[in-house]
Amino acid sequence: MSEPILSLHGVSRSFGAVEVLHGVDIALRPGRVHALIGENGAGKSTTMKIMAGYQPATSGTIRLDGQPVTFADMAEAEARGIVMIHQEFNLAEQLTVEQNFFLGRELKKGWLLDKAGMRAVAREYLDRLSCAAHVDRVVSGLPNSDKQMLEIARALSRDARVLVMDEPTAVLTYAETDILLEQVRALRAHGTAILFTSHKLDEVKAIADDLTIMRDGDVVYSGPAADLDEHQMAEAMVGRDVSNLFPPKPAAPAPQPVLEVAGLAVPGYADDISFTLNRGEILGIAGLIGSGRTETFEGLCGLRPHRGTVRIHGRPVQIRHPWDALAYGLGYLTEDRKTRGLLLNKTMRENLTLQSLGAFSGWMIDQKAEEAALTQAIGAFDIRAGDRAIKVGNLSGGNQQKLLLAKTMLAEPDIVVIDEPTRGIDIGTKQQIYDFIRALAAQGRSIVVISSEMQEVIGLADRVLVMRLGRIAGEVSGDRMTEDDIVRLAMGVEGQGREAAPMEAR
Amino acid sequence: MTATQTPPARAPRRGLPSMTVLGPILALLVLLAIGMFLNENFLSHANITNVLARSAFIGIIAVGMTFVITAGGLDLSVGSMAAFIAGLMILVMNAALPALGIGVPIILLGMATAVAAGLAAGFLNGILITSLGIEAFIVTLGSMGIYRSLVTWLADGGTLSLDFGLRTFYRPVYYDGILGIGWPIIVFAVVVILGEIAMRSAVFGRHCAAIGSNDQVARYSSINVNRVRLMTYVFLGLLVGVATIMYVPRLGSASASTGLLWELEAIAAVIIGGTVLKGGFGRVWGTVIGVLILSLIGNILNLTDLVSPYLNGAIQGAIIILAVILQREGRAGG
Repeated sequence: MSEPILSLHGVSRSFGAVEVLHGVDIALRPGRVHALIGENGAGKSTTMKIMAGYQPATSGTIRLDGQPVTFADMAEAEARGIVMIHQEFNLAEQLTVEQNFFLGRELKKGWLLDKAGMRAVAREYLDRLSCAAHVDRVVSGLPNSDKQMLEIARALSRDARVLVMDEPTAVLTYAETDILLEQVRALRAHGTAILFTSHKLDEVKAIADDLTIMRDGDVVYSGPAADLDEHQMAEAMVGRDVSNLFPPKPAAPAPQPVLEVAGLAVPGYADDISFTLNRGEILGIAGLIGSGRTETFEGLCGLRPHRGTVRIHGRPVQIRHPWDALAYGLGYLTEDRKTRGLLLNKTMRENLTLQSLGAFSGWMIDQKAEEAALTQAIGAFDIRAGDRAIKVGNLSGGNQQKLLLAKTMLAEPDIVVIDEPTRGIDIGTKQQIYDFIRALAAQGRSIVVISSEMQEVIGLADRVLVMRLGRIAGEVSGDRMTEDDIVRLAMGVEGQGREAAPMEAR
Repeated sequence: MTATQTPPARAPRRGLPSMTVLGPILALLVLLAIGMFLNENFLSHANITNVLARSAFIGIIAVGMTFVITAGGLDLSVGSMAAFIAGLMILVMNAALPALGIGVPIILLGMATAVAAGLAAGFLNGILITSLGIEAFIVTLGSMGIYRSLVTWLADGGTLSLDFGLRTFYRPVYYDGILGIGWPIIVFAVVVILGEIAMRSAVFGRHCAAIGSNDQVARYSSINVNRVRLMTYVFLGLLVGVATIMYVPRLGSASASTGLLWELEAIAAVIIGGTVLKGGFGRVWGTVIGVLILSLIGNILNLTDLVSPYLNGAIQGAIIILAVILQREGRAGG
């Protein structure tokens, strides 16, 4: 095997008194894709940041081409050919694609900017990624996937010898992920060393040559990716058996309608949505990104203008505002925990009670009661935070998601819509969240789970509605709840799919 | 070669309050020390009472401004609003004089006028900002011009004066008090205490901080974002009315230059006090310290001849900038 370009030897890193990396060894070789996996908080991000010069190591050695190096900052690492792409986009939202592409290294013609030249170069790199975004478009209006592609294109244009990618596929659709993986293969053939993290083990399996698995700041596996199957990877990450990812589904009780929706329309996104949700049931909502799933339920919960008939416990209700929904016992847990779900610069206590402050206050907020509720939530939802006063933005994604779930449930909704319950979360935490959701249903609450992960919908839900182009394309339940049937409905493929999914007669 | 043994970049300091908390307090203490050192009369009852009473107008307004800014808004119109309310109050009282005569009822009428006008003006700002979704900066820039122009028009370019007899009767509201503490100071103190409680322990304060921090999260948390925002402007308008009630008896007149630049002093006091200009975090006690810092600078310059009092604005300006720099350091560390 070729010599490593970039390697860490016994690297440790401490924040204050807490050591988060304990003597990590990892080596990136040219022309190989190296996957770094582990649960949230295992130390993946810190490891990558040390490699890319964003953070110094507390002890240990970094070698570049066999020579020990210290990077003063990311700029120095970049100058040596190591480029990192962050999970959070590093783009100037108000500038155009081309302006972002060349930000800080604009091409010039004498005194002036060479706009035509920059456009052409930007176009060329975007084309290589099959990204159709126009170079003159303002970045704030682009979908996440295009932003991700722009970040990648920008890194490519910097002649990276080592490309470090932090969960590059988290915001991409399946089709976009395929394009990205194709591009990664091309880079590999080119001799670039690539390090990436992902929670999607099938991706890791598909593309990685080398694999490092971390748990609690230690490397627990280091070797060829081919030697482990997905199941073994998950087990190594979590440190226990995860074969039963989903809790068992109880036998369906006699249907007792709790929420009846007829002819719901959210202008511009969804039309003619009708369904019934029963007590104690988990109803899955599947469909491609852009099929109007989120918008439909945001409309139902008063977050968007909508028309249609909604009955809760048999009574017709008008839900115009989110607080109306809550008053009828209908809660919505957003898919976007960082910008819509939680106040990242506030503490857990303030976030937990934000939706149900009324219950904690007469004239004044009862902070003792809030603290007690937090203690209860930390226990019930197994939220792991070193310090109760920690800002929520510093929690790992999994713990944020648990807190968001605790916050939504604190308002004691009868009916809960959970949009993407486990996006960007490690497998151990996923399993916990599935258990929580099933337990909520067992308590008699009725739950809608919207998810882009096919396995999740199938594993968790009692029956599944599939949406396509803003309408319900069909329903599957029982034996028909297979990936194949759902995909047929979601893609609108003629044939079996339609017969497989007659709408349940009400 | 091993990687450099860097200590953790910024270890969280426990126990010791951050610079954003200590900064304003230290600055106030330094100013007090300078004042005592330069002039022996500085700590006299008369001087301290004078400083506090003059701080009261801006202070009362700044408490309301703290909520507006915490919720991510801004109100540039408060100075003009105060002038307009003062003018309106004087006109109403003068007009009612023949009917009511000099006495408590006419004073109450004047006060009711000020409170009603303040509530209405705040509501107007708020409704334009929330329902029509216009930037707070633009709306209040506009209403600032409107109120300033209206008071000039009402005074016909000159000065609106309260009837002499009325003025004599009304004077004690500014100049008297209980146990040697002037009414403006008492009202200021009450407003501050209520404001501090509302910000720290009431749902309203929590909701303001949530909205200023991220209004999307607030909306998805079933908070009536527009109503809370509107309330911050109405609350500020009310306090402008209250401040005007205390202000009119001082001079008994209103003109185009009444309340000039009060909005900037109030905003400056809020920011010096550690409230974040972008919203999301505010503290009323900090605003009080900010107001006192600004007043003390003027007072010290007037009491001493080391620096020309004409440089008052320059020193205040420097302090505002310094406060924001300290805020940023504090945030980066925390």
